[in-house]
Amino acid sequence: MAQITTLKQAIQQLVRDGDTVALEGFTHLIPFAAGHEIIRQQRRNLTLIRMTPDLIYDQLIGAGCASKLVFSWGGNPGVGSLHRLRDAVENDWPTPLAIEEHAHAGMAAAYAAGASHLPFGVLRGYLGSDLPKHNPNVKFIECPFTGERLAALPAIRPDVTVIHAQKADRRGNVLIWGVVGVQKEAVMAAKRNIVTVEEIVDHLDAPPNSVVLPSWVIGAVAHVKGGAFPSYAQGYYARNNAFYKAWDPISRERDTFKAWIDRHIMGTNDFEGFRQSLKEAFTHA
Amino acid sequence: MPETKYTADEMMTVASARMIHNGAVLFVGIGLPSAAANLARLTHAPDTVLIYESGTIGAKPPVLPLSIGDGELSETADAVVSIPEIFAYYLQGGRVDLGFLGAAQIDRFANINTTVIGDYHRPSTRLPGAGGAPEIAASSKEVLITLRHNKRAFVKKLDFVTSGGHMEGGNSRGQLRFPGKGPTAVITDLGILTPDPDTKELTLTSVHPGIAPEKVVENTGWPLKLAANLATTEPPSDNELAVLRDLHARTERAHANGA
Repeated sequence: MAQITTLKQAIQQLVRDGDTVALEGFTHLIPFAAGHEIIRQQRRNLTLIRMTPDLIYDQLIGAGCASKLVFSWGGNPGVGSLHRLRDAVENDWPTPLAIEEHAHAGMAAAYAAGASHLPFGVLRGYLGSDLPKHNPNVKFIECPFTGERLAALPAIRPDVTVIHAQKADRRGNVLIWGVVGVQKEAVMAAKRNIVTVEEIVDHLDAPPNSVVLPSWVIGAVAHVKGGAFPSYAQGYYARNNAFYKAWDPISRERDTFKAWIDRHIMGTNDFEGFRQSLKEAFTHA
Repeated sequence: MPETKYTADEMMTVASARMIHNGAVLFVGIGLPSAAANLARLTHAPDTVLIYESGTIGAKPPVLPLSIGDGELSETADAVVSIPEIFAYYLQGGRVDLGFLGAAQIDRFANINTTVIGDYHRPSTRLPGAGGAPEIAASSKEVLITLRHNKRAFVKKLDFVTSGGHMEGGNSRGQLRFPGKGPTAVITDLGILTPDPDTKELTLTSVHPGIAPEKVVENTGWPLKLAANLATTEPPSDNELAVLRDLHARTERAHANGA
């Protein structure tokens, strides 16, 4: 049964140094509040898994939380590079970052295998690509029935998965809708999991085929209103494209990035404090 | 030379949009492909089904999405499915007519690189990586590629093959048993290149108005072959330009909304 708790406590109890952590959410419902709390609690040596590292992992990498990244597309969507990711890969700053690089279809298959507790995921993929030359976790196998050559990847089994969702009820059943990405698979693949939600309600009022993760597969639920900002929560708020664009100059240089992290994340107690701090910076800019 | 009333980028987007036939099921990359796909949808191809890799099927975004999963896509989609489902059931399942990709580098056989410039472990430029591209390039029935034409992009040898086109040319793609037939056109800001039916080498088949074929050759990192019956691309019509500019203006206004 899910424990309803605070985000601070959930991260304290469930995310440990050296863990393999997946904070999923495909452009939608990215768990930024949880990422910030991991930075505040100064977790180190994490293996971060995410199909699209996005700004959330740019922040964690730049803040020195990660020693390895498993990913399949590492840009700031529609804007350009993730500068902190690039600085870590190209210059080992702030610490060296090992990378394991995939294609989306491969990670999707590996998450589905993880959720199914199968040893590997299989797909018709990576054909003609140089990726398998640099990634020993992509191998090719022969179909035992047809002889077709297919790609195989070890199942993704994170120590902890964190997602953000629209709603939970008071027992900790979780409702998620819109672009659902690999969130369901990532939760089911993990040993422990945390879900932050926009609101906690008496009744989910969900149609039977909505994605409801039952309370008993959920570890911890924490109420963090707006916790996916600057990504979006459908039905609650839109993607803040202006912030995604503003991140480019903030993250380009180490000094401006460090100042931003120190002021808005390390200098605040929680996500509400972060939002307030950001608002003040914009009004006084 | 006639007075230019449109930009090279506008010509590229319009020429790309024209390649999309009405009713096609299209797997769309972000950026230039997304602009062209939406222009096609708003002009000659209203029944085109736009699929974005976020799992949004039949998206009809009122403005161009900045990311591959913006709210405008899911709110206007016919269906929204999970990532494992979009890749396994739709793309791998052979239900996509046309994959539409951008690229940082391309070689003469339309293989593309979106991963690194330089050495993989010590890159001079780290690019975003594969995303959905390798499987879009492999499994869509046909593939279109669009990128700006210069020598840094059109290279003799890729630093990294992210997504396979016609591999080493000839029948080499067929030997690897790719499900789809691969790139059928590359649309740039200078012209249109199509693979030779036998060698699969990209050949310049159309130049955009006012562009000398020599200029295209100069901007290509291999000795580019010209088609015997080299065509000139029809310039953008007033309607195509009006719809495209309106789309970009709406998009700019929407994305400026602040934090």
